[in-house]
Amino acid sequence: MPIRFDSRPDSKPGLVAYLTVGDPDLPTTRAIALAAIDAGADVLELGVPFSDPLADGPVIQRASQRAVEKGTTLSDVLTLAADLRRERPQAGLIIFSYFNPVLRYGLERFCAAAKEAGVDGVLITDMIVEEADEYLALLRRYQLAPIFLAAPTSPDERLKRIAQVSQGFVYAISRTGITGTRTQIADDAEQLVTRLRKFTQLPIALGFGISNADHVATVAGFADAAVIGSAIVAIIENSTREEAPSSIARFIEGLRPSPALAR
Amino acid sequence: MAALEELEQAYAQAQADPSFQAELDSLLRDYVGRPTPLYFAARLTEKLGGAKIYLKREDLLHTGAHKINNCIGQGLLARRMGKKRIIAETGAGQHGVATATVCALLGLECVVYMGSEDMARQELNVYRMRLLGAEVRGVDSGSRTLKDAINEAMRDWVTNVRTTYYLLGSALGSHPYPTIVRDFQRVISRESRQQILEKEGRLPNAIIACVGGGSNAIGAFYEFIPDKEVCLIGVEAGGRGPKLGDHAARFNGGIPGVLQGTYSYVLQDEAGQIALTHSVSAGLDYASVGPEHAMLHDSGRATYTSATDQAALEATVTLSRTEGILPALESAHAVAECIRLAPTLPQHDILIVNISGRGDKDMGILCRELKLKGAAD
Repeated sequence: MPIRFDSRPDSKPGLVAYLTVGDPDLPTTRAIALAAIDAGADVLELGVPFSDPLADGPVIQRASQRAVEKGTTLSDVLTLAADLRRERPQAGLIIFSYFNPVLRYGLERFCAAAKEAGVDGVLITDMIVEEADEYLALLRRYQLAPIFLAAPTSPDERLKRIAQVSQGFVYAISRTGITGTRTQIADDAEQLVTRLRKFTQLPIALGFGISNADHVATVAGFADAAVIGSAIVAIIENSTREEAPSSIARFIEGLRPSPALAR
Repeated sequence: MAALEELEQAYAQAQADPSFQAELDSLLRDYVGRPTPLYFAARLTEKLGGAKIYLKREDLLHTGAHKINNCIGQGLLARRMGKKRIIAETGAGQHGVATATVCALLGLECVVYMGSEDMARQELNVYRMRLLGAEVRGVDSGSRTLKDAINEAMRDWVTNVRTTYYLLGSALGSHPYPTIVRDFQRVISRESRQQILEKEGRLPNAIIACVGGGSNAIGAFYEFIPDKEVCLIGVEAGGRGPKLGDHAARFNGGIPGVLQGTYSYVLQDEAGQIALTHSVSAGLDYASVGPEHAMLHDSGRATYTSATDQAALEATVTLSRTEGILPALESAHAVAECIRLAPTLPQHDILIVNISGRGDKDMGILCRELKLKGAAD
């Protein structure tokens, strides 16, 4: 189903929540995922844990390591996706992975399984538009939205190319660097979104370093959605299995102004 | 991507600039110590009783390994691009030392990422880097060896890309790195091809080189690639045995995969997780291999075999005692294959073995493994 960021009245900006699947274990990820959706996440990025997450900072690195050690595989992530799809038909579901686990699984086999599971979109961290022809053809064939990362260092030509082949939304990275929370959103962020707007009508989600309601409110000023990753993963790291779903729910609820205060 | 494109353009411009090449050649000659000898190992040849063995002495270069060929080239490129801060990854430490050396020479800031396990097993190189003015950052994540150092260097690079030049040490990584590194290392085979023709009046039967990331091997092979009768033999780390996790033989146990921006042969498990690897030699201990080697392998132009830790250690002793040359443990893998192969070949055949580095850095490991401490110590 199409990825939508406007399904709720108090829905600005949209919220994309990233989870490392399998950290601390699959049942807990499932409970957290459901809680996150019910608390207001429009889209979930189901992160496939990988041994060498070179675009990630220490929080997600540790989560990935724990999940890999537990033996979490791409198959597990697809199974979870199918389950979540059944439980929450309206939620957007993205598979977020480095390329090697997908390549090992078989790209076409993965696309077929993802479609079967009801996945909406795919974001491969190290898939670049310049080399994505086969990837794009397959995703299109299986009606999966290809989502790409756009960086502040990308020149306009590249942003245009990314915009042209993206579906679902475009993921704008708020600063040069890796995942991880920061105290302020960098200036690069708004400029990047402005530049992207020239080339696309798709929603633009801003991610990397977004961790609190102030950040989210700032993002609402110029982007369509905020992606929260490390902040969520860190809460999970510091919670017990039993507490994690409700901790995440509270955190997500706190990211947008409550209806009573909304303009 | 922008950084890679910037690098590609800068490199193309530098290649087209005669003054860049002139400065590079002058430094390679007067600072690094090129050309390196192609030495006929008479005693080793006699001992093995087969093919004539020539050793290409990259171990005689300044800093003790072939790594400096690439560091001088990329250092000049970085300076040309106006970058003031250089970062590098290092396995055994030779690339780190060469980078620190070049940064001292060119007056650039230097940060080297090294796995904490590698820092322990190659201490000497850590101290050298610090003495040369580099900051050495230990990496504690993952297997704490080369691939983890690369991850951390890449993270630094994407964060600081505007001010920082990433001096990649081997023929790996995203384009244009494998090309750039190969181009700066091909001087090895440019020289050895000329040297063997001068000494023997003909081309060798085979070139043997150890393969970690693949830079010394691609350098040792490259100018011979068009000479179809010359066999190109790469020797990977056979480690402790053939089980996944016990070695680093990518062509014998790996399958095509994507790691750290490169599509090549990768040692990995069924879920596509990158495997842990093992070798007694830190410089060969890496789960993937340069893509140009993958191409040479797939086209059949080069063959890739392996030598175990044990064979490499024995080869170190043999070369030390037969020729008075102490090879790096990495290079000892090539020597091990030579020891295996030479006796099977006729005496008129010629082998060139690339001695990619000297073994001073390995004395701690060698002392332990070969029990060099006498009773009186």
